[in-house]
Amino acid sequence: MPDPATQAHLRPLVEIVTQLPHYRALGLEVVDYAPGRATLRCDYRPELVGDPQTGVVHGGVVTTILDSVCGLACFLGLEQPQAIATLDLRIDYLKPAGVERPIFGVAELYRQTRSVAFLRGHAYQDDVEDAVAICVATFMIGSVGFNPGGDGGVQP
Amino acid sequence: MTLFDRIVELKAAGDPAGISALIPYTGFVGLGCELDDDGLFCRLKSQPSNMGNTIIEAVHGGVVGALLEHTAVMQLLWDSDLERLPKIVNLSVDYLRPALCAHDLLARGWVVKQGRRVANVRVEAWQESAQRPVAAAHAHFILG
Repeated sequence: MPDPATQAHLRPLVEIVTQLPHYRALGLEVVDYAPGRATLRCDYRPELVGDPQTGVVHGGVVTTILDSVCGLACFLGLEQPQAIATLDLRIDYLKPAGVERPIFGVAELYRQTRSVAFLRGHAYQDDVEDAVAICVATFMIGSVGFNPGGDGGVQP
Repeated sequence: MTLFDRIVELKAAGDPAGISALIPYTGFVGLGCELDDDGLFCRLKSQPSNMGNTIIEAVHGGVVGALLEHTAVMQLLWDSDLERLPKIVNLSVDYLRPALCAHDLLARGWVVKQGRRVANVRVEAWQESAQRPVAAAHAHFILG
């Protein structure tokens, strides 16, 4: 677990990211974070359903949770606040998400070069070891993207 | 009537928008499906709640992914006489340019390969011109 001082230092970045319009629309909540790591929660809602016969949420919801949590983990792992932009995102959908239960997304930044960040993550429900989807993503660092802590960023 | 039977009926009636509208999530993000002379395409309507980046006012990458996945499924349904809904196995998205929230985002897909059990579909999304894609994807689906 990260120490409280580190979390307090990162808290403004987390606050800014969770105020983004689509984070709010989907109701994404940050449940844990540390440098280069984050966990998000998305509660089940009928308007997120992709298959009305089974009630399973749309794959796009899982994609959005994973893109969001990779982006957040990336910000929290950078030494200096810099703009980032998703370069690519690849997802394996291992099984349908269970109905009427929240979906969690967790990601970690595991390698960073001057211009590229490499992340991996997964989505799960009851058990962090039991993934419904896994992903790898790369982000460009310092490109025209989103920079919550830099010049022109939304200040807390 | 099952969902799939309803889809087959709407396909026979030439109504891809009707198929899209069966899915609650399409209403949440403003996702629709249309036909033109070149065939089927999908449209993600410009709406402020899809914004994932307030500095360059761009659509959230996950919603761009949702458009690409939806387009791939719709193209498969439209091209093939499937016996059930295709199940997505994986999706790989390349983000090429910012998708600006101020404009609709359009996408067209094509089935690269369809076997008995699996299909590979490619999709490109664009805003001002199809020659300048903002995102591209390939996806695999299990058919049986």
